[in-house]
Amino acid sequence: MKLLKLVPDDTNIKFLKWRFPFFVVSILLIAGSWAMVFTKGLNYGVDFAGGLEVRATFTERAEAPVAELREDVENLGYQSPVVQRFGEDNQVSIRVRLPDEVAADNDAAQAAANEVVAELQGNYPDFRLDGNDNVSGKVSGEFREDAIFALVAAMLAVALYIWIRFEWQFGVGALFALFHDVSLALGMFALFQMEFSLQIIAAILAIIGYSLNDTIVVYDRIRENLKKYRKMPLPELLDLSVNETLARTVMTSLTLLLALLPLLFVGPASLFGLTAAITLGLFVGTYSSVYMAAPLLVWMGVTSDSFVPEETVADRQEKVARGEV
Amino acid sequence: MLEFPTWRKAFLWGIAVVGMLLSLPSIFSLANLDWPEQLPEPTINLGLDLAGGSHILLEADRADVAATRLEDLEESVRNAMRRAEPRIRIGDVSTADGQLSFLLDDVTEVDRARAELEAIMNGTGPVREWDLQVVDGQRFVLTPTQAGLDNAVDAAMEGALRTVGIRIDGLGTREPTILRQGDTRIVVQVPGLQDPEQLKELLGKTAKLEFKLVERQASAEEVQRGFVAGGEVVPYAEGEGFPNGVVVQRIGGIDGETLTSAQQSFDPRTNEPVVSITFNPDGGRRFARMTTQYTGRQFAIILDGEVISAPRMQEPIQNGQSQISGSFTVESANNLAIQLRSGALPVDLSVVEERTVGPDLGADSIKQGMIAILLGTLLVMGLMIVTYGRFGIYATVALVINVFMLLGIMAALNMTLTLPGLAGFVLTIGAAVDANVLINERIREERKRGRRVVAAVENGYKEASRAIYDANVTNFIAGVLLFNFGSGPIKGFAVVLVVGLFTSVFTAVPLTRMWVAGWLRKTRPTDINL
Repeated sequence: MKLLKLVPDDTNIKFLKWRFPFFVVSILLIAGSWAMVFTKGLNYGVDFAGGLEVRATFTERAEAPVAELREDVENLGYQSPVVQRFGEDNQVSIRVRLPDEVAADNDAAQAAANEVVAELQGNYPDFRLDGNDNVSGKVSGEFREDAIFALVAAMLAVALYIWIRFEWQFGVGALFALFHDVSLALGMFALFQMEFSLQIIAAILAIIGYSLNDTIVVYDRIRENLKKYRKMPLPELLDLSVNETLARTVMTSLTLLLALLPLLFVGPASLFGLTAAITLGLFVGTYSSVYMAAPLLVWMGVTSDSFVPEETVADRQEKVARGEV
Repeated sequence: MLEFPTWRKAFLWGIAVVGMLLSLPSIFSLANLDWPEQLPEPTINLGLDLAGGSHILLEADRADVAATRLEDLEESVRNAMRRAEPRIRIGDVSTADGQLSFLLDDVTEVDRARAELEAIMNGTGPVREWDLQVVDGQRFVLTPTQAGLDNAVDAAMEGALRTVGIRIDGLGTREPTILRQGDTRIVVQVPGLQDPEQLKELLGKTAKLEFKLVERQASAEEVQRGFVAGGEVVPYAEGEGFPNGVVVQRIGGIDGETLTSAQQSFDPRTNEPVVSITFNPDGGRRFARMTTQYTGRQFAIILDGEVISAPRMQEPIQNGQSQISGSFTVESANNLAIQLRSGALPVDLSVVEERTVGPDLGADSIKQGMIAILLGTLLVMGLMIVTYGRFGIYATVALVINVFMLLGIMAALNMTLTLPGLAGFVLTIGAAVDANVLINERIREERKRGRRVVAAVENGYKEASRAIYDANVTNFIAGVLLFNFGSGPIKGFAVVLVVGLFTSVFTAVPLTRMWVAGWLRKTRPTDINL
C-alpha cells in the first residue's frame, strides 16, 4: 500500500527569509487584538459579568420566539437582555445583566432570577427550562481575577520550564509565542463579540499547552542541530530544523483538527465556544511556533556555543565512535 | 530494541488490561446496561452538567457573625452585672462600630467589673476572644480580636454545614455533595433537577423560631421605628396583617432549640397545611406554664424576626405539642418543618452562585459528546493508518487502549466527568497520537539517511522521547494550573487532560514499542513501508 505523505520529503521552505514581514504582521496583529479588547471589550458571559443566564427549549414549536422573549425580559425592567439561539432552532439562551444595585445584593439578585424564570414560564406553556446560571457580582469578580492569574501563571511557569530545559533565549521565545497566541485569541473574541466565559479560559490554557507542544518540538530539533552543525549560519539552521519537523507539525495539527471538527459540528451546543477557541488556537499556535518562536532566536543571538556545556568531550568521542557525527 | 524480556511484556500488558477492565462498569452504566452485581463497580461520576442537577454556592457574611456575637456578648454582660453580688450598676450598653462599651456607675467597682467580664469574655479556649480596655477609669470597651472572630466564623460555618446537611437530607435527595469552600462558603450539589427554587428557599432561611407573649398590636409607624419602651416590635411576615406588627415581651419566650420534632400536617378543622411541633421536656414545661398563666392572651410565633401567626391561647397545653399555622402551602409548610427539625442556621447564608441543568439536556449532551468522540477517534485512526501503514495501526490500537484506560483510571479514582471533560477527551484523542507521529516521522528520517531498519526504529524512539517528555511536562504544568484555578466543570476538563497525558504517553510509547519490537524480531524485514 502506498502511504500518504502530507509533506514531501526534503522540503526546503525558506521560512526565515520572511521573518521580518511576518514579525511585523504579528506585532500588528497583537497590537490590533489588544486594541479590540480595550475598545470593543470582551463580551463577558455570566461567569465574568455576573447576572443570570436561562437556557430553554420550546417544545411545541420549530423556532424559539426570540423577539418576544427579549421584550418580555425588558418589560420586567431589565435592559438589553441577550437572547440567542443555542443549539437547535427551538432552543435559546437568555442572558440578563442585573442593574448594579441588584447585582450587589445577593438576595435581590436571587429574587430577580426567580422573577425572570417565573415570568417566562408563565408566558409560554411549552417553555422547558433546560438550566440556568446565576452568578453574583462578587463571585464573577473573583472568577475574573482567578482567570487572569491562571493565564499569567501558566505562561510564566512553562516559559520558566523551557528556560531550565533549554536556554534563556528559548524561554523568551516561547513566552513571546504564547503571548502572541493568547493575544490573538482574546482579540478574536473581542472582534466577533463571542461569549467569553470560564470555558474559554480553559480553552486558552489548552491552547497554551498545545502551542507549546509545537514550539518544543521545533526547539528540540534546533538544539540537536546546533550541536550537530556547529558551523552552519543560524537562519539556515533554523530553516533546516523547521523543515525537518514540518511533517510532524502538519500531521499533529491535522489529527487534532480531525478530532475537534466532529465536536464542533455534532457536539453539544454548550461546548461550541470552547471547541471553537481551541480550533482557532490550533492554527495560531502552529503559526507562532514556526514564525515567532524560531525566528526570535536569531535576534536573541543563540549560537551553537549555547549548548556546549551539555556535551562533554567524552560524549563527543563516543558519538564519533558510533559514527553519528 | 528487539529484546523485550517476558516480565516486561507481562508488566506492560498487565497495566493496559487492568486499566481497560476498570472502565467496563462505567461503559455499562453510560450505555444504561446492567452491571453484574457480584462484581466491584468503580464508576465515573457524571458532573451535574451531564447528569442534570443543581449547584449552589452559599456564602456567609463575616459582619453578620460579628454582629450576632456582639449581641450575645451584650446579653451576657447585662446578665453578669445583674447577677453579681452585690449587683454592679452600669449605664447603657453601646454596640456601635463593632465594639461593646458601657459606663460604670460607681468608679470604685472597676476591679470587680473587670473580673466579671474576664469570666464571660474569654471562655476556656486558648484563643483570646476579646480585648478589654478601661478608659478614664470607668468606661469599659470590649473589642473582638481577629483570632476570636476567625474562631467564631469557623464555628458558625461548621454548624451551618451540619444544618445544611440535615435540611438537604430532609428533602430526600440522592447523593448530595455538601462541602465547605474557603472561609465563608459552602458548595451544595444535588444531582437530578429537583426543584432548585425549593432548595434555595430551604437553605436561604435561618429559621430561628421564637414564641413570645404579645403585649398588643403595633401600629405601622411603630413597626417602622422598630422599638417601643419596654417591649420589642416584630412585624408580620408579608401577607397577613402586613405592614403592621405586634409588640412582644422582650424576655421570657421559648425558642426553636427546644423542639424535638416538626412535621407538615393538616389542621383537622380548617384542613389547611400546618406544621406540627413537639417540644422537649424543658420546652414543654415552659410552654405549659406560658399557656396556663396567660390563657386568653395572644402569643406570637416568630420566624426569623417576622410574625407568622399570633394565635390566642385557648386552653393550657400540657402535652408539649402544638401547631404552627400561617398562610402555608403544603410545600412551604414542609420546608418550614425541615428547617425547624434542622435547627436554626448559626449564620445567614445567601446564594452567590447557582447553576442548574435539566436532566434532558444532560442526556442529550452525553449522546452528542459520545458521537463526537467516536467520530473523532475514527477520523484520527483513518489518517494515522493511511499515513503510517503498519505503524499507524499500532498507533490506533494504542489510541483505543488509551481511551479505555483513561475512562478506567478516572473510574478507579472516582473522578467526575463533566461537559468540558468531554472536550478534554476529544483533545486528548487528537493529541495522544502526537507521540507516535513524532516517533514515526523520526523513523522515516533515519531511514532516509540510510540507517538500517532496526537502527532507524531504535533511533526514532530514542530521539523522539526527549521532545515527547518536554511537551508533556509543559502540558502537565498548564493542566495543574487549570485544575487549581478552575471551578467546577472546568476542573473536569483539567482532570481529563492530566490523566490523559499519562495514559497517552504510556500507550503511545512503551506499548507500541513492544509491538514494533515483536514484529521486527519475527519478520526481520530489510525494508519497512513508512
